[in-house]
Amino acid sequence: MNIVEKILARASGKEKVSPDDVIFANVDKVMVHDVSGPGVIKVFDKLKKQGINVDKLWDSSKVWVAEDHFVPSAEKISAENIVKLQNFTKNYGIEKHFKYGMGQYGICHTISHEEAMVLPGEVYVGGDSHTNTTGALGAFAAGLGHTDIAYVLLNGKIWFKVPETLYFKLNGKLPDHVMAKDLILKIIGEIGTDGGAYQTMQFGGNGIEEMSVESRLTLCNMTTEAGAKNGIVEPDQKVVDYLSSRGASNITLVNGDADAEYSKIYEFESSEMEPIVAKPFSPENTSVVREAPNVELDKSYIGSCTGAKYEDLEAAARILKGRKVKIRTEVLPAAISIYKRAMENGLLKIFLDAGATVGPPTCGACCGAHMGVLAKDEICISTTNRNFPGRMGHVDSQTYLSSPLVAAASAVTGKITDPRDLN
Amino acid sequence: MKGNVIKYEQDNIDTDVIIPGQYLKIHDYAELASHAMEGLDPQFHSKVKEGDFILSGKNFGCGSSREHAPIALSHSGIKAVLALSFARIFYRNAVDGAFLLPIEIEEDAYQGISEGDEIEINVQLNEIKNITKNQTYKMKPFSEIIGKIIEAGGLFKYKPD
Ligand code: SF4
Repeated sequence: MNIVEKILARASGKEKVSPDDVIFANVDKVMVHDVSGPGVIKVFDKLKKQGINVDKLWDSSKVWVAEDHFVPSAEKISAENIVKLQNFTKNYGIEKHFKYGMGQYGICHTISHEEAMVLPGEVYVGGDSHTNTTGALGAFAAGLGHTDIAYVLLNGKIWFKVPETLYFKLNGKLPDHVMAKDLILKIIGEIGTDGGAYQTMQFGGNGIEEMSVESRLTLCNMTTEAGAKNGIVEPDQKVVDYLSSRGASNITLVNGDADAEYSKIYEFESSEMEPIVAKPFSPENTSVVREAPNVELDKSYIGSCTGAKYEDLEAAARILKGRKVKIRTEVLPAAISIYKRAMENGLLKIFLDAGATVGPPTCGACCGAHMGVLAKDEICISTTNRNFPGRMGHVDSQTYLSSPLVAAASAVTGKITDPRDLN
Repeated sequence: MKGNVIKYEQDNIDTDVIIPGQYLKIHDYAELASHAMEGLDPQFHSKVKEGDFILSGKNFGCGSSREHAPIALSHSGIKAVLALSFARIFYRNAVDGAFLLPIEIEEDAYQGISEGDEIEINVQLNEIKNITKNQTYKMKPFSEIIGKIIEAGGLFKYKPD
């Protein structure tokens, strides 16, 4: 069995599972945030009316909560959702609630790794499609809707069809100017936004061994844009070190068998990789940066669970150090822990000196919610993960998706720019 | 199930256009319905009738996990979405929450059915009848678990064996 089959077999109490088997998997961790939490509360209200008991969760110690999409609240509905969420965690005795303005908090997927909320080998479900991100730690991590999350909260399990696995083998190290974001955009450009539909996308090979845990998180994050059920990397010592340094203990490593089966294997030569952007209006609409359209940009956005981890900010700072931005540039670290490190290590000063603004951790404009959404006809280069019409604001705005290096280089020139071409 | 078809002849209709991100904070189903499809078809709300169907191409519902998407469609009156394929979370949400039927069709139905056609869906026979054009197409059968959850009326009413 491959790693996903092993995790799902263990979680469903079976000796062996194969693609297409339908199983009920016991869940190890569940996450909701300020959008899916109120959605689940609504489902609970409906269930109550149907006479279903919702007084107690199956295990509140396995549930954790993030405030990210609409914080800081810009208007009263969002503010009320936060109050709802806080009452919910209080009533159900959920202790791991990362609250805005009270120490560590941030984008849910970022908290999943920054706070070591999920461990290798676990089944982790979240009320958000980019729950796939956390598969980089070697967990089976998948996003679910409100009804499914409500079911998990009450029953501790959920059905899955065991997915087939696409294996992406990466050979060698990425060049300095190329990041994991470029690689995943290239992959999505090749297989399309439904190229991984219903399947696992697993990343391996010596290119992955070389890669930092944070880069692996970027890869798994955007498996969602290829339609995948989940993304995963087999955990290694780097993952153990990463999680241990964030307080985790009792980490056991699960790996696939030597004769594990994959439905398809793709190979990529890292040394040949180039910076890539995804043009409007789809993550699969990719182009090499040097061949991208010569458009006048209005804004550069360095934020989100995809593109505002510490490593991402470090990359942007490398470019922005000693330079000035030519367009509106917003940097939103993805969690307070990252914000703090960026401050301590002088990155925030670099951003501010360059003329960029630094905002609080939030999903904000990534999903067009608030805090810097785009006006009609505005064009943005962004380290986020989606660029469907209206994603970051007005339906007639445009978003180009890129790595933090490209977003920073483009901030300096006001055009889509390969970091190698900056003087 | 009988109704008229609203056709969007394109692939990858994503949740950002089905219900734009700014409405994610809303959990009132009627209000969500009033913004359904706003990102793609501002006329949707005025033309949709109770019992209508949506017909579309590949990968319908891709993007976010927001259950707001099937909720907004179902509370607009949509009983089923017919598409060449679906994104997985949209598909699950539609079935587990018993909001609407996600029906996978083949190219013949996609090409054959036009905007406004009256069709009848027969899940037992896996058949779609185009009453307007007097044609019949096959739909892809639901997998066993999906069939059972639909029959039960959603995941909470389904009793695993
Ligand atoms: S940052 Fe963007 S992609 Fe990530 S969870 Fe928030 S809205 Fe979703």
